[in-house]
Amino acid sequence: MALDAEAVVKELRSTYTSGKTKTFEWRVSQLKAILKITANHEKDIVKALRSDLNKPEHETFVHEIAAVSSECDFALKELRGWMKPEKAKTTMTTYPSSAEIHSEPLGVVLNISTWNYPFLLSLQPVVGAIAAGNAVVLKPSELAPATSALLSKLLSQYMDTSAVRVVEGAVPETTALLDQKWDKIFYTGNGKVGRVIAAAAAKHLTPLVLELGGKCPAIVDSNINLKVAVRRIISGKWGCNSGQTCVSPDYIITTKAFSAQLVDGLTSELKKFYGKDPMQSNDFSSIINSRHFDRLTSLLDDEKVSGKVVFGGQRDKSNLKIVPTIVLNPPDDSLIMNDEIFGPLLPIITVNKVEDGIGKINAKEKPLAAYLFTNDKKLQKEFIRDVSAGSMAINETTLQIAEHSMPFGGVGESGFGAYHGKFSFEAFSHKKAVLTRSFAGDVEARYPPYSPGKLQFLKVMLSGNVFGIIRALLGW
Amino acid sequence: MALDAEAVMKELRSTYTSGKTRTFEWRVSQLKALIKITTHHEKDIVEALRSDLNKPEYEAFVHEIVGISSECKFVLKELRKWMKPEKVKTTMTTFPSSAEIVSEPLGVVLVISTWNYPFYLSLNPVIGAIAAGNAVVLKPSEVAPATSSLLSKLLSQYMDTSAVKVFEGGVPETTILLDRKWDKIFYTGSGKVGRVILAAAAKHLTPVVLELGGKSPAVVDSNINLKVAVRRIISGKWGSNSGQTCVSPDYIITTKAFSSQLVDALKDELEKFYGKDPMQSNDFSSIINSHHFDRLTKLLDDEKVSGKVVFGGQRDKTNLKIAPTAILDAPDDSLIMNEEIFGPLLPILTVDKIEDSIGRINSKEKPLAAYLFTNDKKLEEEFIKNVSAGGMAINDTVLHLAVNSLPFGGVGESGYGAYHGKFSFDAFSHKKAVLHRTFAGDIDARYPPYNPRKLQVIKALLSGNILSIIRALFGW
Repeated sequence: MALDAEAVVKELRSTYTSGKTKTFEWRVSQLKAILKITANHEKDIVKALRSDLNKPEHETFVHEIAAVSSECDFALKELRGWMKPEKAKTTMTTYPSSAEIHSEPLGVVLNISTWNYPFLLSLQPVVGAIAAGNAVVLKPSELAPATSALLSKLLSQYMDTSAVRVVEGAVPETTALLDQKWDKIFYTGNGKVGRVIAAAAAKHLTPLVLELGGKCPAIVDSNINLKVAVRRIISGKWGCNSGQTCVSPDYIITTKAFSAQLVDGLTSELKKFYGKDPMQSNDFSSIINSRHFDRLTSLLDDEKVSGKVVFGGQRDKSNLKIVPTIVLNPPDDSLIMNDEIFGPLLPIITVNKVEDGIGKINAKEKPLAAYLFTNDKKLQKEFIRDVSAGSMAINETTLQIAEHSMPFGGVGESGFGAYHGKFSFEAFSHKKAVLTRSFAGDVEARYPPYSPGKLQFLKVMLSGNVFGIIRALLGW
Repeated sequence: MALDAEAVMKELRSTYTSGKTRTFEWRVSQLKALIKITTHHEKDIVEALRSDLNKPEYEAFVHEIVGISSECKFVLKELRKWMKPEKVKTTMTTFPSSAEIVSEPLGVVLVISTWNYPFYLSLNPVIGAIAAGNAVVLKPSEVAPATSSLLSKLLSQYMDTSAVKVFEGGVPETTILLDRKWDKIFYTGSGKVGRVILAAAAKHLTPVVLELGGKSPAVVDSNINLKVAVRRIISGKWGSNSGQTCVSPDYIITTKAFSSQLVDALKDELEKFYGKDPMQSNDFSSIINSHHFDRLTKLLDDEKVSGKVVFGGQRDKTNLKIAPTAILDAPDDSLIMNEEIFGPLLPILTVDKIEDSIGRINSKEKPLAAYLFTNDKKLEEEFIKNVSAGGMAINDTVLHLAVNSLPFGGVGESGYGAYHGKFSFDAFSHKKAVLHRTFAGDIDARYPPYNPRKLQVIKALLSGNILSIIRALFGW
């Protein structure tokens, strides 16, 4: 059945106009419905993610299911507070008056999700949209078809379909959706498609959140607990969907002097994690499809790069598996050092002094995340000050996005806007300023006919100078 | 001299990369320079605004000059605090850890200003850009040429031109500027041009603030202090640049029963303000140019409308003056009831019950502002709850813009993003999440090889349930 995008939006608008989605009760009911989905269908979700990505159960639970349910729990706990108007201070200029900032929903919003965390990245923005009182359409990625179908089935089963819809499909369906006028569009994906979405949104003045990617660097200093650092790097790379994660450490920068130790540290822990023959391990995701598989193997098989593989490199096309692979010092102009890798290949580039890492990072586009492993407080400060990225972690990878007191979003080529926790609520809200006055406190000097006296009076009032104000009010 | 935008960008980027604009001292020096401009050149500014708009000195001072100097002073007072990283809470998920949100500048930003408050709307966003540590290009409106050239002269004289530049010009210059990659674009103007700006920004994934307009309604109930209400309406309309203000009350809605009282009161106060022959008064602005003058007279001379003028209607094409004019019950399909008026014509729409006005407002696009004059708390609550607008004032007009603890921005067709006060600083900043960890607190259960027991431990940790955490950690 062809998608009638116009009819979908019309129905959701009608639901939104009825006011139903704005009530606290409705929002709570929908968030609880999502919680039910995560609680009752853990097995189905795990199965879909094995099917789409061969994602290990451990990762599916921690990264996708628990992340969605904890976001719902947090929203449920905080929602009443978020929905309350926020009092704002007023000054002499509008005395007497009171002021507030009211959060209101935007209306009918669209979430275009992606394939690497197809459950999480579909529902997490939806949690924000619902918490803020909007009606929402979710377009899951067709590249993760099992999860897409499961989301369609479960949401239509558990949620209020007059206000929350899943539209499956690919480019034609997405294009049809993008033709409609949305009150906000939330997109997770790449910069190329991000530009298309921004151009479509421009026609309707639709505000956007773009969660994109980039080459997230991890600088590794020598004065560290190498074993823990290496475990955390492995976890953020291969332990996160085989590196198919927007905030995975894309590449490493370390000193020439330390690189051998680092490579040894990595290979030693990798063997512990995935065994002597990692192809036999079922504890890391496969590559999403053959197109990406070919993309990744061609990064590796590039003649400038293939000779620099220091660990891994084995691949199995029928199972779309590529083992954890490390490449030492591929040339600056190789594709692997210029495109976002989004896979299980980890280049390590070496510099003379660890501080040089900062300049190397700043020579590229601003990434979605940047990491630094060091005990050197001065280097930490310099890194935080001089490297711009969506977010950062010191002595860790990826975990900064698990803290919902912090915004998750990009900057520059890695996107704009943010979400998680209260930031999700705000991403899908309009902050409406409201000034309330009584009829008292009306000052003649505000009105024509203007005169130098009136202007003088106002100059004094606006100066905030108490003596001047008293004198002016007393007519001195 | 043709605008060499590429050379300009190169210079600004080079300045930005040097780190100069990021220092507290530089930002303070530039804000102080702006204050100097307002104190030393008050006469020049007043003269330019008389030339461009025939704006009364009083309005030039109160709306434009004071607007800038008071914003600068406020920013200078708060800036150190705003620049400090914000510490935030972390949870069990990343224990032990600490986290902060660091504000950083975006880089090189573009402010495209407009003609109605050509001084204020050029510099107010620039204050935000500078406070946040960016380099900035200002493109003033060519439709207000005296102010445009004054800004060019004064900014090059007082400000650091290696980081703050003014480019004058029309569509060709703006187009050249829009081709470049900016880290943010701030635009004040119309929805039509807003769409063009967004389409250009989309190519570079540039985030945008759009401050647009709309038909800002004012609902007038009968249970009010009519004299004060009417003075505040007049002030917000004709006392604000002859209604050429994005937040002027565009039209009024009142009850059929109250309309004649309202019209009489408006006439009374208008006569006190502008005299029996308003065309002789020098206390309201002229229309900006003949294009807009013709646009406005056409709205009035429309045959469906011309017979409904209840006062005013006089016009003087040589001096581009139109007297304060009100129209009673123009038809719903007349142009004056469908386009943003942006001039000294005030349609008054009548309804049976005052509550009906909410439905009338909601049948149009979301405006930049909405106003309600009433003493009925219930109506007030309903209005705030059910009308979506950029901002609102109860029992006044326009003044909510003067409260810098309130965000100023639109929603829907009236735009998105906001500024004023701290919101300006935030509009031109990236909020970078930073998670700090030590090498302590590393849990085996996080890492492969995965097994059910490890999953159990993680589930317990993520549940936050103390007993299950203890049990899991002890392997029970």
